[in-house]
Amino acid sequence: MRITYTDVLIIGGGLAGLRTATGVKERGFDTILLTLVPPKRSHSAAAQGGMQASLANSVMGEGDNEDVHFEDTVKGSDWGADQEVVRMFVNTAPKAIRELAAWGVPWNRVKRGNRQAIINAKSVTLTEKDEAHGLITARDFGGTKKWRTCYTSDGTGHAMLYAMDNKAHEDKIEIRERREAIALIHENGRCYGAVSRNLMTGELHAYIAKATCIATGGYGRIYSVTTNATICQGIGQALALETGVATLGNMEAIQFHPTAIVPVGILTTEGCRGDGGVLRDVDGYRFMPEYEPEKKELASRDVVSRRMTEHMRKGKGVKSRYGDHLWLDITLLGREHIEKNLREVKDICENFLGIDPAKEWIPVRPTQHYSMGGIRTKYTGESQTLKGLYSCGEAACWDLHGFNRLGGNSVSETVVSGMLVAEYIADFCEKEESNIDISTKTIEKFINQEQEKLEKLIHKDGGEDAFEIREAMEKIMMDKVGIFRNGKDLQEAVNQLEELLKRSKNITVHRSQSLAANPALVNAYRTQKMLKVALCVAYGALLRTESRGAHAREDYKERNDEKWLNRTITSWRSEEQTLPDVEYEEIDIKSMELPPGFRGYGKNLNIVHKDSEIRQKEVDEIRAKSSDNRFKIQEKLMPFRDKLPKKYRGKNERLSERFNNE
Amino acid sequence: MSKERVLKISILRYDPHVKGDKPRMETFEVTEAPGMTLYIALNDIRKHIDSSLKFDFVCRAGICGSCSMLINGKPALACSTLTAKLGEEITLAPLPTFELIGDLSIYTGNWMRGLNERLSTWIHNEEKIDTDTLEEKMEPELAEEIYELDRCIECGCCVAGCGTMQMNDNFLGAVGLNKIARYQLDPRDKRSDEDYYELVGDEDGVFGCMTLLGCEDVCPKNLPLQSKIAYLRRQMVKIGK
Repeated sequence: MRITYTDVLIIGGGLAGLRTATGVKERGFDTILLTLVPPKRSHSAAAQGGMQASLANSVMGEGDNEDVHFEDTVKGSDWGADQEVVRMFVNTAPKAIRELAAWGVPWNRVKRGNRQAIINAKSVTLTEKDEAHGLITARDFGGTKKWRTCYTSDGTGHAMLYAMDNKAHEDKIEIRERREAIALIHENGRCYGAVSRNLMTGELHAYIAKATCIATGGYGRIYSVTTNATICQGIGQALALETGVATLGNMEAIQFHPTAIVPVGILTTEGCRGDGGVLRDVDGYRFMPEYEPEKKELASRDVVSRRMTEHMRKGKGVKSRYGDHLWLDITLLGREHIEKNLREVKDICENFLGIDPAKEWIPVRPTQHYSMGGIRTKYTGESQTLKGLYSCGEAACWDLHGFNRLGGNSVSETVVSGMLVAEYIADFCEKEESNIDISTKTIEKFINQEQEKLEKLIHKDGGEDAFEIREAMEKIMMDKVGIFRNGKDLQEAVNQLEELLKRSKNITVHRSQSLAANPALVNAYRTQKMLKVALCVAYGALLRTESRGAHAREDYKERNDEKWLNRTITSWRSEEQTLPDVEYEEIDIKSMELPPGFRGYGKNLNIVHKDSEIRQKEVDEIRAKSSDNRFKIQEKLMPFRDKLPKKYRGKNERLSERFNNE
Repeated sequence: MSKERVLKISILRYDPHVKGDKPRMETFEVTEAPGMTLYIALNDIRKHIDSSLKFDFVCRAGICGSCSMLINGKPALACSTLTAKLGEEITLAPLPTFELIGDLSIYTGNWMRGLNERLSTWIHNEEKIDTDTLEEKMEPELAEEIYELDRCIECGCCVAGCGTMQMNDNFLGAVGLNKIARYQLDPRDKRSDEDYYELVGDEDGVFGCMTLLGCEDVCPKNLPLQSKIAYLRRQMVKIGK
């Protein structure tokens, strides 16, 4: 029989998937984890600069706490985030990092006494306190009020992923490598698992579970140049979409990282600028202070990427055969610092550019980096519309980042969401409603359907070449759904992608006929899926006639809270349609802890919603009247703690804040 | 400017899933582009000449360890190998020791997992973790030292470059010994030196190493494998007495 039953099926073996797996296992549930690659090869490993958690150990983090992290994250999201989710996240992040410390991550530590740091291109002496010596330290990152990004050199994701995968080994998590989920199995609005394909042998197999969790990361590879690994193709989002029941949220919210190397698009961490590196133009001029006098190179990522693009459009870019670029200068940090704290960056510069970053400037430009959008879920990680389907990490939109994510909040989210969603999944599995109620006949139907699709791809003659279609899609996304967007380009992109989607139904596999390990076959069925994801991004971007966070419209420059303070929800109800269905989910200002305001970058072009002022007044009054501590005031503004799993409700101790948690 | 080169890339082809398939060398011609890596060259071949060509790339940035292969006979990461650093004729073969999936694609995952399970490469600590209170302190230099050894990416290059491994399948290789050196250094792991001795104090472990040090020569992360194996050996000799 080609069917395996388990309690929880997890799709994706990066940080989010692994942490979910260990969480449900701890609660006593069986779990099987499917992964395209050995978990330690997941894209989580590529996270360099760090993980945000408000530990406030370092002198530059003093005064930091959940409230400051909350405010930074909501502002960073351009008020698109779900503020309750942000609260849950900032409260759990310190616990996540401490847990990872206990599991072996060698976080860099505070060293007592004086040290030199580069701030605003000047050397500054920082003095770390005695009592902080040996606690986890943090570096500066963009868009944050405090130095909050904890790190292990610039291999943070690697160290976290290794500790996490090792923990999964200890917990005897059943991991099936080189298995790809190619379809979700569902019936009557309930998800029951997935059809998986063995990428080595080609065999199809059904994994049936009470709960299924998609943790497959983002969809950067729909663009031709991205910092993302080759496996970040949006297949998880496509699987959800193809059920016709589950929905995706804010797919048009795409982040461009300011500093990927040219031309290959490999990332150099935000830590380069956090540690004091600066951006320079063709004349060697440091241009960011002109655009953003306050935050300069450490403005939010979307802002820096736009400013760089603007500056290049003024003719200030460095010409190269691969188009214009700018310079990232970290020479001022000194060789010792680079070799200790930015060693991956140094390796990348040496291996791919043949330069020494301690002596030479690095050619960079803004490049697709992160998918804020994803499978739309409740705060529990469960799909709003398909019961039993969960998602977490970059794959999901629960919605922590709104329209722009802060650097350092992504690896943090992977682990935090894994911790929380694992508990909600376990709660669900304890209930009777989680019982598996699907016949093997129906399961077989799903397997056979997939088998037929694959055979058709292989055996049909003379169809379209998937490599060509995919390249065309990547180019459209790159040229027309980029950092700056406009109605004309977006309309063209949608039309052309729609055309490609129609052609993709006629894809056949060329030059490679095996049903077993066959990269051409894989590319064929993934291209069909990727096109649907690309259409959700492009169509969502076309319809959203405002600029919010990373979604910047040249023809609608203002953030329009009156019309657009909402989430884009896309679905694909029928295989016949060639465009997604689009709906909008309102974001309620009246329940916000932090009502919409000005983010503080550039000119204020916001079109204000009438509720913002009303709510702001209420918030101000509650704050003015209350003599309570910060926790009680927060509770009055927007209660969230009862939504957290009981084990994660405790207050986080800091050097400056001690509690008696029950 | 010098003339564009046409690279002749010879690849050891074999698909164990195809009945009757036999290992053979196949040569592909690729026009070199500036900044071309083997990642770009191999994808070029797959896209334009032979889409059945199997190889593994994930991060393509020298971080994930997926694309190790024999490049002109020497284990290395293909993604961070610039073709400009190689001659016009390039030979590629899958890394030995690991299960072959096909062509240049190998299954390192099960091998590495087996190793990790054998050595229990995780923090052994029975104490309950309280994540609400301050984390345990650690000396900053020690954290850096642990990270130095934690940088291994399990690419398998050291295993393929190991002389002992050729004679003893059961040998842990530098990847395994480095892991033990890493955990032994880590005060959070409560295992004693005797426990580590049980794991590596024999011919399959630290005493099997012939100190040919091929491992360190080929490690793409430049891990100090030589000194760590020597250190571990001295520690284990002390316990073994």
